[in-house]
Amino acid sequence: MTKVSMTVNGEAAEGEVEGRTLLVEFLREELGLTGTHVGCDTSQCGACVVHVDGKDVKACTIFALEAEGAEVRTIEGMANPDGSLNVIQQAFQDHHGLQCGFCTPGMVMSAAALLAENPKPSEHEIRDYLEGNICRCTGYHNIVKAIMAASGQDVSRIAAE
Amino acid sequence: MPKDHGIGAASKRREDVRFLTGTGNYTDDINLPRQLYVHFLRSDIAHGEIRHIDTSTAEGMPGVKRVFTGKDFEGVGGLPCGWQVTDRHGAPMQEPAHPVIAQGKVRHVGEILAAVVADSRERARDAAEAIEFDIAELPAVVDMKAALASDAPKVHEDLTSNLCYDWGFVEDNRDKVDEAIRTAAHVTTLELVNNRLVANPMEPRVAVGDYHRATDESTLYTTSQNPHVIRLLMGAFVLGIPEHKLRVVAPDVGGGFGSKIFHYAEEAFVTFAARQLGRPVKWTSTRSEAFMSDAHGRDHVTKIELALDADHNFTAIRTETHANMGAYLSTFAPSVPTWLHGTLMAGNYRTPAIYVNVKAVFTNTVPVDAYRGAGRPEATYQLERVIDKAARELGVDPVELRRKNFVTEFPYATPVAVEYDTGDYNATMDKLAEIADFAGFEARRKESEARGKLRGLGVNCYIEACGIAPSNLVGQLGARAGLYDAATVRVNATGSISVMVGAHSHGQGHETSFPQVIAEMLGIDESQVDIVHGDTSKIPFGMGTYGSRSIAVCGSAMVRATEKVIAKAKKIAAHLLEASEADIELKDGQFTVAGTDKSVAWGDVTLAAYVPHNYPLEDIEPGLEETAFYDPANFTFPAGAYACEVEVDPETGKVTIERFAAADDFGNVINPMIVDGQVHGGLAQGIGQALLENCAYDANGQLVSASYMDYAMPRADDVPFYAVDHSCQTPCTHNPLGVKGCGEAGAIGSPPSVVNAVIDALHSGGHKVAHIDMPLTPSRVWAAMQG
Repeated sequence: MTKVSMTVNGEAAEGEVEGRTLLVEFLREELGLTGTHVGCDTSQCGACVVHVDGKDVKACTIFALEAEGAEVRTIEGMANPDGSLNVIQQAFQDHHGLQCGFCTPGMVMSAAALLAENPKPSEHEIRDYLEGNICRCTGYHNIVKAIMAASGQDVSRIAAE
Repeated sequence: MPKDHGIGAASKRREDVRFLTGTGNYTDDINLPRQLYVHFLRSDIAHGEIRHIDTSTAEGMPGVKRVFTGKDFEGVGGLPCGWQVTDRHGAPMQEPAHPVIAQGKVRHVGEILAAVVADSRERARDAAEAIEFDIAELPAVVDMKAALASDAPKVHEDLTSNLCYDWGFVEDNRDKVDEAIRTAAHVTTLELVNNRLVANPMEPRVAVGDYHRATDESTLYTTSQNPHVIRLLMGAFVLGIPEHKLRVVAPDVGGGFGSKIFHYAEEAFVTFAARQLGRPVKWTSTRSEAFMSDAHGRDHVTKIELALDADHNFTAIRTETHANMGAYLSTFAPSVPTWLHGTLMAGNYRTPAIYVNVKAVFTNTVPVDAYRGAGRPEATYQLERVIDKAARELGVDPVELRRKNFVTEFPYATPVAVEYDTGDYNATMDKLAEIADFAGFEARRKESEARGKLRGLGVNCYIEACGIAPSNLVGQLGARAGLYDAATVRVNATGSISVMVGAHSHGQGHETSFPQVIAEMLGIDESQVDIVHGDTSKIPFGMGTYGSRSIAVCGSAMVRATEKVIAKAKKIAAHLLEASEADIELKDGQFTVAGTDKSVAWGDVTLAAYVPHNYPLEDIEPGLEETAFYDPANFTFPAGAYACEVEVDPETGKVTIERFAAADDFGNVINPMIVDGQVHGGLAQGIGQALLENCAYDANGQLVSASYMDYAMPRADDVPFYAVDHSCQTPCTHNPLGVKGCGEAGAIGSPPSVVNAVIDALHSGGHKVAHIDMPLTPSRVWAAMQG
């Protein structure tokens, strides 16, 4: 077991881990931050996306020890300081961008990373960016719509509904 | 002006806040003090005799508490099957034993050989690798027709063959159908495969067993769509635990799509092991395990013949289907290719004579059971494909051929035993033509052709039987359970309400839509109503959520219970207002004496019920809480018309979905935003089946598509924005809300239109391709184009 320490959602966090402990296991099992989910074992589904030093990372693809000293942000750290939903989270609720909620943390984290680098993405750019996030419930329609809305784009003319 | 509350309002989902902030409570988020972890050693051989298992090394490894094998379960019941189908000759289906851990033989890749319980997940996994076993491999049967050969290896040596049943429906129609086909002006024949799929909810299954010796109470936390069904099956048939000593909790569940209906071995194992060891035992499935242990879906091979007269009226349909059951009978598997499939073969059309034959077959593959739509997508696919093929053979417009044969008068009794109460198939087709912009298609096709692409338009209709189901009817058909549902409406002293429901929400948004109904009935704010679900210790005995039944069956129970609440509340109000009960009206949360300005508020009445100082105690009991069980009188019949437009790249065979439109009739709609979302998700699953998804086995029974690297899930860039509409509403006539259900429609209705569109595109390019089996991958499409 090796000691690991990092900053998670602005707070210092540390624990003892095995070399093989994944970052997502450390977050869920050591820190009790169960908002980050595990939906596959081949780094395909994106339910575990978190931000490590500002970049979106699948937390099942790196060991906890690789995040030594890093700034990690998870879904639990995304709301506004007063606890209200941030603009992306709010858009997901307003546009019904989630159903069972299991892929949602990864979707929100990926969307935040996309909007940080591309503040007004096109539909095509959003769909392309979400290639690594699988949702089985929504058919992606309302996720793409929510991300467009969160970026301030008019979504009222998207397909008849 | 759209409503902003109550029935018909697009109320935002209250459950979203916890899911968007990472504070949901999924089963894997539950960790109990002194919890142990189980790792299952699974067979990597499809068919073999277990000669030897040596667990001694594993038992001595660090942290290992115990290793279980089939021997430990010799006195324990097997997993029960919940539906007994009777074959054409009146004999019951062949029903093999289904052990929790393999006994003597393994029959599919993924079957549990042994289970290691240790103090950490990693130690359990490490120890499982130290188990030594010797399995003598036997020839595997994978192909269904080969499995029925007289010399085929038997999956179960104690059965007479690999045939589970040979079902004929309706057997009395058989001669009439044969005669109609013999004398028809035209017969169109199509052989097709409905590809095997894996449901793949994003949350893998999880089960945590807990046991308190002092009270002899067991608790199972599990990813289930129907906790009471699991309690009944596991308690009564597997472990012998009486209901009052067994609690089943299904907290937030991350999608199901049918795969979380069934009772699984892992649930029984953790409950059993927790009792043996006196400590909680937890299992979290990996995705790879999910592929080889979650029940699969579809996997039918069908020949369908459609007979038409000289005026193109449908005169008969004859089908022969082989349906894969896998190695064991999953909970509801036998009902899927039979009662959920044969009864839908009339579709939206007046066809006077229909005969359906289904041979269900055991193979050395994972059990197959209900997946979103369950039987109805298989019926819709073959029917809507053969109609399109017939239109092409006859040189008529496929939409007009459908319209010519639509059922237009209701109620309509089909020749396959069901009666449609309401519908308007021309109205949904008219709406589809509008939202899919049929009129603009030729211009879009020319534009595609100018870019060197082939464009096709495919249309289909669908009908489904939802609101499952009238108990007395399904009992006659072989169901070993009733299919009612239940709700308890508990009004609190200050007027807020907790509603305990048998339905389970795992994405459907019941916590939002169900309160809309009660708020409408009582004239109070939706925020005053909360839904409680998913815990057998809190809710009345209900059958859970599947078959698009939640609002039609459990919602009806909730309405009935609320009506009882209103009736009692009116008695209390009459007493408080010193008026006759018959004169009391309830509107906007106020009880008023008709024709007067005398009124009393909802909250005053509820307070009086719990503080009965001024109360008719001689006539009625204090309190305000009512329960209703609702057993539907009939199925509901949602129906609609879908259109898909594709582009095919003739160089590569790659298909792109350019437009997709869905016009549905769900009867009355409670929350249109949620209904749209249900359709969107179903469409993506149907498009996935048509273009991408395929659960593949090799000839030795190896599952070769057991990860997201190999099984192509639809991703955001595989699908377009969808145009959906549910403004055509013919309310259900036999439930109090006039609702039909919307959960499965998208997955049922979409595969045929995708395939019809691709065939149309290929014909536009001069490729006379009659059919391509799903999934329509670039290689399959390209190969078909080469002739």
